[in-house]
Amino acid sequence: MRLYEKTASELSEMLNNKECSAEELCKDVLDRINETENKVGAYVSVSHESALENAQKIDTARQRGEKLHPLAGIPIGIKDNISTKGIRTTCSSKMLENYVPPFNATVINKINNAGMTILGKMNMDEFAMGSSTETSYMHLTRNPHNTDCVPGGSSGGSAAAVSAGEAIVTLGSDTGGSIRQPAALCGVVGLKPTYGSVSRYGLIAFASSLDQIGPMGKSVRDVAMLQSVICGHDKYDATSKAIEYPDYASNLKENAKGLKIGIPKEYFGSGIDDEVKDSVMKAIKEFELNGAEIKEITLPSTEYAINTYYIIASAEASSNLARFDGVKYGYRAENYSGLTDMYEKTRSEGFGDEVKRRIMLGTFVLSSGYFDAYYKKAIRIQNRISSEFSSAFEECDIIATPTVPASAFKIGENINDPVKMYYNDVCTVTANIAGLPAISLPCGMDSKNMPMGLQLIGNKFAEQTLLNSAYTYEKICGGFDALSKAL
Amino acid sequence: MKDYEIVVGLEVHAELNTESKIFCDCKNAFGLEVNTQVCPVCMGMPGTLPTLNEKVVEYAIKMGHALNCNINRICKQDRKNYFYPDLPKAYQISQADVPLCENGKLEFMVDGEIKTVGITRIHIEEDAGKLLHDDSFAGSLVDMNRCGVPLIEIVSEPDIRSSAEAKAYLETIKSILQYIGISDCKMQEGSIRCDVNVSVREKGTSEFGTRSEMKNVNSFSAAVRGIEYEAKRQIELIEAGEKVIQETRRWDDAKGMSFSMRSKEDAQDYRYFPEPDLLTIVVDEEKISEIKNSIPELPNAKIKRYVTDFKLTQIDATLIAEDMEKSALFDACNTLNICKPKNISNWILADISKFVNETGKNISETKLTPELLCAIIEKIEKNVISNSAGKTVFMEIIENGGNIDEIIEKRGLAQNSDTDFIENLVKEVFANNEKSINDYKNGKTNALGYLVGQCMKASKGKANPGIVKETVTKMLEAE
Repeated sequence: MRLYEKTASELSEMLNNKECSAEELCKDVLDRINETENKVGAYVSVSHESALENAQKIDTARQRGEKLHPLAGIPIGIKDNISTKGIRTTCSSKMLENYVPPFNATVINKINNAGMTILGKMNMDEFAMGSSTETSYMHLTRNPHNTDCVPGGSSGGSAAAVSAGEAIVTLGSDTGGSIRQPAALCGVVGLKPTYGSVSRYGLIAFASSLDQIGPMGKSVRDVAMLQSVICGHDKYDATSKAIEYPDYASNLKENAKGLKIGIPKEYFGSGIDDEVKDSVMKAIKEFELNGAEIKEITLPSTEYAINTYYIIASAEASSNLARFDGVKYGYRAENYSGLTDMYEKTRSEGFGDEVKRRIMLGTFVLSSGYFDAYYKKAIRIQNRISSEFSSAFEECDIIATPTVPASAFKIGENINDPVKMYYNDVCTVTANIAGLPAISLPCGMDSKNMPMGLQLIGNKFAEQTLLNSAYTYEKICGGFDALSKAL
Repeated sequence: MKDYEIVVGLEVHAELNTESKIFCDCKNAFGLEVNTQVCPVCMGMPGTLPTLNEKVVEYAIKMGHALNCNINRICKQDRKNYFYPDLPKAYQISQADVPLCENGKLEFMVDGEIKTVGITRIHIEEDAGKLLHDDSFAGSLVDMNRCGVPLIEIVSEPDIRSSAEAKAYLETIKSILQYIGISDCKMQEGSIRCDVNVSVREKGTSEFGTRSEMKNVNSFSAAVRGIEYEAKRQIELIEAGEKVIQETRRWDDAKGMSFSMRSKEDAQDYRYFPEPDLLTIVVDEEKISEIKNSIPELPNAKIKRYVTDFKLTQIDATLIAEDMEKSALFDACNTLNICKPKNISNWILADISKFVNETGKNISETKLTPELLCAIIEKIEKNVISNSAGKTVFMEIIENGGNIDEIIEKRGLAQNSDTDFIENLVKEVFANNEKSINDYKNGKTNALGYLVGQCMKASKGKANPGIVKETVTKMLEAE
């Protein structure tokens, strides 16, 4: 068994017991990237040298007997919308093709302080807008389980890399499902933390009130370990919450007995593939057999969630992406006459179709005369969705739903049908709208031999309960088989 | 021509003098090398986030109290979206529908009458950068040092009825900003700027006319000129049977004219929405009253006190009270209780004001102290030195400092009241001025003044002028 196949927690122990070195581990994953990247296309850029340098540094420190973080030397891939000082951060856009940030995102400082080895930057939908990684300006990313299929998105590179063994763990970002949906389609574990638990400083914003960075990995423990590294209050992010964050991994324990699981019927409607429904219901049944209490609940405003999400997210995006104007950094059109023309040409040429579509939608809903009818109404529904969740959590500990309506679709299948593409987010956007933590777990393969996802949603800042429940399911399954056998 | 009335509303932008900028740790300072007081946050680099400097909220609440506003304990910040190269995020963080302070009023004196102007709102926001142009470069350059400098915008009700009222309003706002210490108020550095809304209507009507908004008004005197020009332009339009259109105009002070920038139809849609990167501002009641208690005596109260307690004229009281340094000096001198308030006031408004205006120095930058000023005035009041000798001592003190008695001694400025000395002096002058003595005898009384002057000159200014005059009169009668 090669090192890249193992989980971060297994590797952490091996490193600690000097059964392998960080350099060996790093080299093995870099070799794996060499072997499979031409089929997968998970990376925008790979930092061979700095990765090996860090691995050697960690080995030296270990030899000197220094006390190291459990994840020191574990190779990690970073979604390309998270700022890395000195490493190109493109958001998979022509606009930022050559942009090198002058500072690190807070999560990157935390990753560096833990001594983790940054392998490179992961491909994504342009500016995190998309559900298939097809809107990337860079290249396609393919699903390691079937390279004719999309890996999901927008954190498609991060999900595909874990599934292909091209990284041990990765960071993604989730605005409407961008961690959980690709995690489900690639058969890995992905956590969208509570809004405010992970600093957004340095995350190139898509929709500020919904964005959250989160961990992806092959096991719940890996995700828990990485979440403990990245979470915490940050004085550079006013929306980050100053509370005590537990050490999730060391507190992991099975919690099926007496666990109250809410099943919202709105998440099992006609748009959800029968195979997905069946596998999710089977997972819930397993919980019940292990002592959990299953409750049918109702979240009646769910039907408005997609519309609400696309209004709020696009409104914020239209403002957040306005700074890409060709003045200070990034792409600038070559031929223009005057300032307005420079703005128009730069933005017309620098952004892809999906990004432009959302900027236009967002600009429209914020325009005078439309603000009340769209944006304000969306905010009211957001509040209603939040309060429905609050009531639900008075009677249950977690809520179980499918992550995605169906398994991965074929490349090119939905790219010209934005509404159909947006429907991929139907089960995931509510957690962002309400700021709740949610995790996607692999729950079997469908008849096309493609992974399906179980989503568990927790109460605000109740990551421990959520992770414990996920861990319980992982135990019931006898561990997840996250690594693709197809490559 | 009908009788018209001018209606003016003012929007004053004042830069706050906090240590750091509004949303980052960068220094809030003027005049430093371009693009040195910047960081990824105020340069709007991708991924950066703003964090609110709480001092800004505190300063704005201070102004809210000073202008008798309601303080919105709970308020939010909003994004104002527009593209311009000096605005690196392409939106300005400001406050839209819920400002920090609302519904205040300001009272001030215009031509001896009390004028009250309503304050619509005061909100906090960030300043933008500055575009620079240079002959050596065809395009524009951007200096981002000013990006993120904290501003308050003070919006008045359309209660102002003349350019004189507008000027008095602006001067009062400026002196309050200085008194509460939240702005440097340096017009030439752009730390106070204003937009002027002007309309005209027939006197006696209650409806407002169509207004124009004038930008680029960079001084109070420019505001006066702009208002007068704009009112005249609008009246001429109406008289010619044309309509005033609602538009934004740019004031060109050098040309003394305003020019249309954009009409209402072309007005930008700023697409305001709540700033998602910042939390709701919540200020404790306790904090609000703590801020209220920290506000010093403001100019209006001072004027009242100067008139009532020290019997200054309204004009003198206003001139002193509106200038923080002058009023501080006046208050300190009166506390010493050595000389007459009226004399202190005269010195401040004459010699000290002249020195300040000519040298451009602040009083605090000179060697003059309340103790020294009072000592000089006391010497004059007690006839130790003459008024003109006092001016000489004053100039020496304000420029170099020192000991007043020593200066009087060294320069031989002490007044001589010795009757023998003065009688000898008068005799000497009489001997050389027989013509004047004859003139006096023939009824030309102004010869007296001439003779006194000659005596003073002969004594090199040291003779006590009162005794000289007395002696001259007595000896002329005796001739």
